Amino acid sequence: MKPARFAYEAPTTLEGALKSLAAAGDGGKVIAGGQSLAPMLNMRLARPDRLIDINAITELGEIAIDGDQLSIGALVRHDALAHSELVKRHCPLLAHAAETIGHYAIRKRGTIGGSLAHADPAAQLPLVALALDAEMDIRSARGSRVVAARDFFVSVFSTALDPDELLVKVKIPLLPAGGSAGFRLFNRRAGDFAIVSVAATLLRGSDDKIAGLRLAIGGIGPVPVRAEHLAVREASEPFSEHWSARVAATVAGAIDIEENERAPVAFRKELVAALTREALDEALEKACCGS
Amino acid sequence: MLRIMSELDPVPLVLNINGATHRLFAEPRRLLSDVLREDCVLTGLHIGCEHGVCGACTVLFDGAPARACLMYAVQAQGHEITTVEAFGASGELSVVQQALHEEHGLQCGFCTPGIVVTMEAWLAEHPNPTEAEIRDALSGNLCRCTGYHNIVAAIVKAAARRREANAT
Repeated sequence: MKPARFAYEAPTTLEGALKSLAAAGDGGKVIAGGQSLAPMLNMRLARPDRLIDINAITELGEIAIDGDQLSIGALVRHDALAHSELVKRHCPLLAHAAETIGHYAIRKRGTIGGSLAHADPAAQLPLVALALDAEMDIRSARGSRVVAARDFFVSVFSTALDPDELLVKVKIPLLPAGGSAGFRLFNRRAGDFAIVSVAATLLRGSDDKIAGLRLAIGGIGPVPVRAEHLAVREASEPFSEHWSARVAATVAGAIDIEENERAPVAFRKELVAALTREALDEALEKACCGS
Repeated sequence: MLRIMSELDPVPLVLNINGATHRLFAEPRRLLSDVLREDCVLTGLHIGCEHGVCGACTVLFDGAPARACLMYAVQAQGHEITTVEAFGASGELSVVQQALHEEHGLQCGFCTPGIVVTMEAWLAEHPNPTEAEIRDALSGNLCRCTGYHNIVAAIVKAAARRREANAT
């Protein structure tokens, strides 16, 4: 339970970190909050030659409005996300989801960039990034690029990041007027990774129909998936007390769920139906209350 | 004389722990939890799981709770580390310690240092918690003896005492 030997450096500028990453090649690993990486190091599931600690790069810890997007630095910690007024106002789904991550001490250290780059298939932030059409702002000594959330998560613990690249910011479109969101997860113990989780955003139209629906579901495959296309017809029906249950049942019936060792497929299908309905109900309730 | 042969070898560290300066040498891979216990002889924090699950090694890192087993000592340079030894150092138990004592909120005591450190910080941020919120906050600290009942009672009591103290 002790990590293998590694070299360590803590650059204080983004340029310095990018240079270090480029020099370290495949043997380098970025550490931010360390709440996922340190356990892997301690158990020697990861054995990098060199740790590049980005905690001293203060510019990576900022939250700001940038045009019609909320820009969130990679070093913003889960607890700060959950309590930031900007995040609560413009991306309430993100604040809500961040509050459900791990435990208090974990949320005080863990970062949004770390969670996204780690890409645990059961984690909250990849799911929410996918639901909110987040854009990943990626830098390296070679240049910069932007990758959409749906292209960023490649597989279990695997992203579009190259070894010399650093996720520096996440950009999320602001919640539009009339927009609302809901989030649900199921786990057996508080703080555990979710067995299934669902994030939904709604945009109410001027009539009694929705103008926009996004659904993302985690815990059913190697990466979270979008699912609103599975229930287009049901979602376009006028609101009634059965609207969310119908959408949820259709999505649960059509969605592909991979076998895993954590919970049977049939159980997770029921969870998809129940959690989707609850997430939609939460979004509907918030839409009609205007919060 | 210690000579640095490679970047993997021990490096000189200056750590600020409970307001005191500690100078030592440690390999970059050494866990903060191990350095605190073995090099600084601050054995109040306990090492349970070494992968961030049990909470027994929790310390304050610049005032915020952090698992000392998920940090490397080299990362703590330039930051303020507070261990359980800082609570009750005046000879008088801290609010949480006193409440745990009165409510019999510990049996073997292995998890207690993590609970004291975590809940002192948590109560400062959450002065008016419900019992459900207390249980949720405690979920990050595993206790295998008490069944949590008395710990929850102690934190309820500690929260009330803190409010009283702040009101006067």
